[in-house]
Amino acid sequence: MTTNILEMRNITKTFPGVKALQDVSLAVQRGHIHAICGENGAGKSTLMKVLSGVYPAGTYEGDIVLEDQTVEFKSINDSEAAGVVIIHQELALSPYLSIAENIFLGNEQQKNGWIDWNKTNLEASKLLARVGLKDNPITKVMDIGVGKQQLVEIAKALSKEVKLLILDEPTAALNDEDSAHLLDLILHLKGQGITSIIISHKLNEIKAIADEVTIIRDGKTIETLDMHSDQISEDRIIKGMVGRDLESRYPDHTPKIGEEILRVENWTVHHPLDHERKVVSNASISVKAGEIVGIAGLMGAGRTEFAMSVFGHSYGHNISGKVFKNGTEIKTNTVSAAIENGLAYATEDRKHYGLNLIEDIKRNVSLAALGKLSRAGWVDENREVVVAEGFRKSMNIKAPSVEALTGKLSGGNQQKVVLSKWMFSDPDVLILDEPTRGIDVGAKYEIYGIINRLADEGKGVIVISSELPELLGICDRIYTLSEGRITADVPRDQATAEYLMQHMTQEREKDHA
Amino acid sequence: MSAFGSALNYLAGQLRQIGLFIALIAIIIFFQVATDGITLKPINVSNLIVQNSYILILAVGMVMIIIAGHIDLSVGSVVAFVGAMAGVMITQWNIPWWLAIILCLILGALVGMWQGFWIAYFNIPAFIVTLAGMLTFRGLTQITLQNEQISPFPTQFRALGSGFLPDLGGGTSFLEPLTVGLGLLATLLLVGQGIRARLARKKYDVEDEPFAWFLTKLVFTAALILLITYLLASYRGTPIVLIVLGVLTVVYSAVMARSVFGRHVYALGGNLNAAALSGVKTKRVTFQLFINMGVISALAGLVFTAQLNLANPKAGDGFELDAIAAVFIGGAAVTGGIGTVTGAIIGGLIIGILNNGMSILGVGTEYQQLIKGLVLLAAVAFDVYNKRRSGGR
Repeated sequence: MTTNILEMRNITKTFPGVKALQDVSLAVQRGHIHAICGENGAGKSTLMKVLSGVYPAGTYEGDIVLEDQTVEFKSINDSEAAGVVIIHQELALSPYLSIAENIFLGNEQQKNGWIDWNKTNLEASKLLARVGLKDNPITKVMDIGVGKQQLVEIAKALSKEVKLLILDEPTAALNDEDSAHLLDLILHLKGQGITSIIISHKLNEIKAIADEVTIIRDGKTIETLDMHSDQISEDRIIKGMVGRDLESRYPDHTPKIGEEILRVENWTVHHPLDHERKVVSNASISVKAGEIVGIAGLMGAGRTEFAMSVFGHSYGHNISGKVFKNGTEIKTNTVSAAIENGLAYATEDRKHYGLNLIEDIKRNVSLAALGKLSRAGWVDENREVVVAEGFRKSMNIKAPSVEALTGKLSGGNQQKVVLSKWMFSDPDVLILDEPTRGIDVGAKYEIYGIINRLADEGKGVIVISSELPELLGICDRIYTLSEGRITADVPRDQATAEYLMQHMTQEREKDHA
Repeated sequence: MSAFGSALNYLAGQLRQIGLFIALIAIIIFFQVATDGITLKPINVSNLIVQNSYILILAVGMVMIIIAGHIDLSVGSVVAFVGAMAGVMITQWNIPWWLAIILCLILGALVGMWQGFWIAYFNIPAFIVTLAGMLTFRGLTQITLQNEQISPFPTQFRALGSGFLPDLGGGTSFLEPLTVGLGLLATLLLVGQGIRARLARKKYDVEDEPFAWFLTKLVFTAALILLITYLLASYRGTPIVLIVLGVLTVVYSAVMARSVFGRHVYALGGNLNAAALSGVKTKRVTFQLFINMGVISALAGLVFTAQLNLANPKAGDGFELDAIAAVFIGGAAVTGGIGTVTGAIIGGLIIGILNNGMSILGVGTEYQQLIKGLVLLAAVAFDVYNKRRSGGR
């Protein structure tokens, strides 16, 4: 028997048009804590979905060897039966059921089809004790905090005789105290012989508990670092995560930067459900006319929350702070007020927040500025066609006509429709949230060209992106955001991926130190 | 692609619209044959329009609600409540009939405000709010009428439900001249508007409707209007509710297709989040929609009461379901964002003709219910199947 509990060999997973994973190999030693690092979209979650049977055997190439046996999981049930349990970032608990019911959901403690409640609650109590929870198992999950819910998830995993526990960003939604408790528990489980794979952006946590780190970038394994034998610093991990070549994937652009056009001061936003939690904390940014400003932050840093709360208070609770346009304070309490004041926000989630997919291109393009096309409340449909047709040509939207439904377009063309909509509203400042997410390389280049054009017209452009090379390639200045705070304001000539990543992963303690 | 191929492609895209029309025609022909020609007798056509008018009126309001992604279960009770109030106002408070009509429409608006407030600003699902409304307004109707019926109503008021435009032929001409004139006018307007819109689309180079299909559609609709004109003119002329219904259909079709408000309603049902992030005042639009539904329900209530010449605590029972069925048979999507006013009218007519035809044939109400249920299911199943086949989302 080898010391490896798991080996994934040459895993390749292809989605239509995209190779998400290419020849990825991963070896996890029995009883170790193995961390997986990589940028957003590098392929970490895809790899874990292959491992846990979410993508069933046959839909990928390569072998999974668990305890020296090649396994083929057809579903999550198969992988769980083999002792591989994944805990997703989005907790999969039913809030209205009790802790005990959740733990045994799908695996009910039963006698002839009837649930044995005494056994259910007794076994649940034992499992809760193992994860250090003293709550009554009949408490409803909605009545305990997120930190405890995470522990209930682990208790649920333990109930399935877990051998290999996979945790996807387990501390992303937790406060410091709960995070520390969770990391302790993972170490404690290691003592009981349970192997863990942990996906995390928080490098200090990885440094604290991991035995090995495997770095994935662009769907490929880059390296596996031994956290004990080598002198591994956080910087070393960052270098592995971002160290790709910057090809000429970005159009040349000479900025013509003018006066300050927008300034946001001391912006603070609380979580809409958890009113105590600050999602954005005292953030201040400014944009000049003709300037492309980037906001870099890892998932959960509060990028989208910041942008949406500024744009018509579309997110969050108890929002405070001031917005100035050309030096004068403006109100952005409602979306229509924000639009009237010359703001535009193109969402990161086109399908759910950007487009009406069952409607055609022209009606999507005109929606944010119907007033410009109408008189006394009646829309001039012929002018609407002319306007939309103009955007179809200038933005190079590939569709048979402007009457094509947006739901039938490719991601890149959908994004162009979203951008057209906001360009038609003729804003002074555009906030573009992940403008190239899910778009192929060619369309990306076009979108960068459009962004440059907007800046050249004297508009301020704010680009939010998870892809550091993209920000480095197109921005004149980049803010880093970590845990809802602006941690750095970096001019283009001083920006490097390593430097940005350091500030994006900067913890709150360091800030005060 | 060949011209024929592209024409075929276009027709495939319009399958739902064509299907609805063909279904209507097929049902008419079926009953015409099965009833030995009674279905298309002038008196029957006249009755068909008059007796289904309130459902068609309700369907116009309901389709807008459903496009926005909501539902209104209270309209039947609102019909009864408004009818009861009209009765009390006219017979007990001696308010002139025309003022009572205005007050009743305002009452409808207030009912809509009440429900719209809870739905739009309190975020309670429309299903719940209007289910509560269904009970409360039925209760209010019974309280208002003290469980008695009110009758009779003045002739002028009754004309709204069962009256006809004056006979300019003095009752002696073979065809009633005013009806003929109105029918010809309607046909001319329709043809003119069709050609004008097509020319405008040509000018902007967005025309994709094959000419043959355009012509067929135009000739067919014109023929249909002229046929109805002929039938009505050879009986008692134009029912007043038909004018009301015609105006409603034309105005609301235009509102939904071309006004900013209509666009916002479609945007709301198509993707609420995207609409909100595009600056659509989603709450206000929802609120206004329910006020509109309230007024339309009030109008239906007045027409119904006038027609029966009776305010009755049981009035309007189940109307909401007929109106909702009409909307879905007319091609509206259960998830919102899709539907048309004309579709809802055709859906309502299909239900009306089924009711009428089966009654003439002496089919029992139990079978009528059964058949209507299956028709509704078939229509929606056809939609879902179509969407899946075209790789719908």
